[in-house]
Amino acid sequence: MTGRLVLRDMSVVAGKKRILSDVTVSLPSSQIVALIGPNGAGKSTLLSAISGIVPSNGSALWNGQVVGVRDLGYMPQHCQVTADLTVLEVILLGRHEQLGWRVEQDIVEASARILSHFGIADLAQRKVSTLSGGQQQLALLAQRLLREPTLLLLDEATSALDMRHQVHVLQVLKDYVARTQALVLIAIHDLNFAARHCDSVMLLADGKLRGHGRFADIVTPDALRAYYGIEAEFLTTQSGVTVIVPTASHHTTKRHSQEEETI
Amino acid sequence: MISQTRDLEMMHGGYRRASIRRALALLSSLGVLILLMVLDLTTGPSGMPLKDVWNGLLDGPSGSDRMVATILWQLRMPQTLMGALVGACLGLAGLQMQTILNNPLASPFTLGFSAAAGFGAALAIMFGSLVPLPAYLTIPISAFAMTLVACGLIYVIARLRGATPEILVLGGIAVLFFFQSMQSLLQFLASPEVLQQIVFWLFGSLLKSTWTSVTVTLVIALACLPFIARRTWALTTLRLGDANARSLGLSVEKLRRETFLIVALLTAGAVSFVGTIGFIGLIAPHVARSLVGEDHRFSLPLAAMAGAIILIAASVFGKLISPGAVIPVGIITAVAGVPMLFAVIIRRGKRGVA
Repeated sequence: MTGRLVLRDMSVVAGKKRILSDVTVSLPSSQIVALIGPNGAGKSTLLSAISGIVPSNGSALWNGQVVGVRDLGYMPQHCQVTADLTVLEVILLGRHEQLGWRVEQDIVEASARILSHFGIADLAQRKVSTLSGGQQQLALLAQRLLREPTLLLLDEATSALDMRHQVHVLQVLKDYVARTQALVLIAIHDLNFAARHCDSVMLLADGKLRGHGRFADIVTPDALRAYYGIEAEFLTTQSGVTVIVPTASHHTTKRHSQEEETI
Repeated sequence: MISQTRDLEMMHGGYRRASIRRALALLSSLGVLILLMVLDLTTGPSGMPLKDVWNGLLDGPSGSDRMVATILWQLRMPQTLMGALVGACLGLAGLQMQTILNNPLASPFTLGFSAAAGFGAALAIMFGSLVPLPAYLTIPISAFAMTLVACGLIYVIARLRGATPEILVLGGIAVLFFFQSMQSLLQFLASPEVLQQIVFWLFGSLLKSTWTSVTVTLVIALACLPFIARRTWALTTLRLGDANARSLGLSVEKLRRETFLIVALLTAGAVSFVGTIGFIGLIAPHVARSLVGEDHRFSLPLAAMAGAIILIAASVFGKLISPGAVIPVGIITAVAGVPMLFAVIIRRGKRGVA
């Protein structure tokens, strides 16, 4: 069964400021979609609006239904966890609704399996508050997967990870998508990483959807200049992968010239 | 593949062992509490050897030795039971308060409940004679009612502005100052005799315990238990932070408001009869967490046990150091609480956990 996420006229207004305006898009499942855009573009707002945590106008339908908590695996931007809980206990909380006075053996086993899948079995008995930011991110992502969501919304879920873990997590996500036909929407800053590992991209800037489709069609020198304010070189490696190297920023060039004037 | 199976077994075994260890911690705390309660029964101005206490307990309230039966069943037993109950209520309330406010320095009194109860008691002590009810009823009723008024005020603020820790604490501070100044006003207006009564109530002493107070506090605690039990996993999940808890489908604000009401009830039940007893609601949760972590299935009952143990220990100590006049237990918990708090801070510092 393949599903579809349909966003229609999603808008979010905070005070007088429009953070998100009229995002309309239809995303088929069984893929990883990179949500890209400069800081303040509205990526996080879009994800939390789809999850229903931030109230919005317009509609977000997953397989024709309002997005429900059962389908959803939403991971907000990383915030430090200070709880005196072990990593395994944190994973268990992914299914907190099903836990009783006795924790069912199969939930413990499922949690343990996910931990070893993520390659962090050795952290199971560590206190989550003693982990590094990246390790916490891995644990929280594993926790979301324990819920077996069909719609995963990840807000910079790989931002604190080293390269090895970034690749590993993306592989885990790919396996997960292949197994469950889920849709993964991941807000990400690393464009090269998005190009290499995601099936399509959504480009947001100033709260508006500026494009959706194949990476090569959306991320062009013009788009980078218009929305990111940078000049970039597009290189092609021997294996045929495009790599974007930013060469100059309009913003910083301006500031440099100002500094020179004051000197 | 083999190493993965070994990993799974290791994790599973580790979790089971940790659970067993925590259950054992709970059981041993129950043992310590029972021992201390027996010790509490043997101490008192008139003394009583363990053998007499044992016989008196076996004989029941209408035992043949009238003096032993009276001292044991009418004086000491209500005090001991009340001490355990009040300690347990404050420990439970304290842990829940620290969890919902995400602040290890919170206690059941952080949001001004003690000041409200004190004002209620002072009000009843001064004007209770206008009501056709005996003082041993008007004072706790008034203290209880004022605590609920304070809780209602903060609840309204939380409903209007959202139940975030900041809003709750700010509202609580406002309520605290309001009731504190009202209480000071009453003290200022009171005659010296009434003032003495008010001050003595504020000390917090188990001497005020009766079977009535034991029954009422027990009923309140038992009424709260099902609500607390239903929320153990939700409270544990809340410790991941609001953003994570919310994204896991928890209605964070509702959980905070409801838990806050439970804390108010437990606190009101605990302090209305015996007065404000400080530090237990602050220390007991720390003891519980350092022993079993923050799985609230274990930490909540252990916080209750720790609260009861600390209060009974303070009661025993108070009776031992001044055999003639029993020092109010509220004073002892406050004095003994300081080194315990230091110990907690130093331990946390060593572990490198903020």
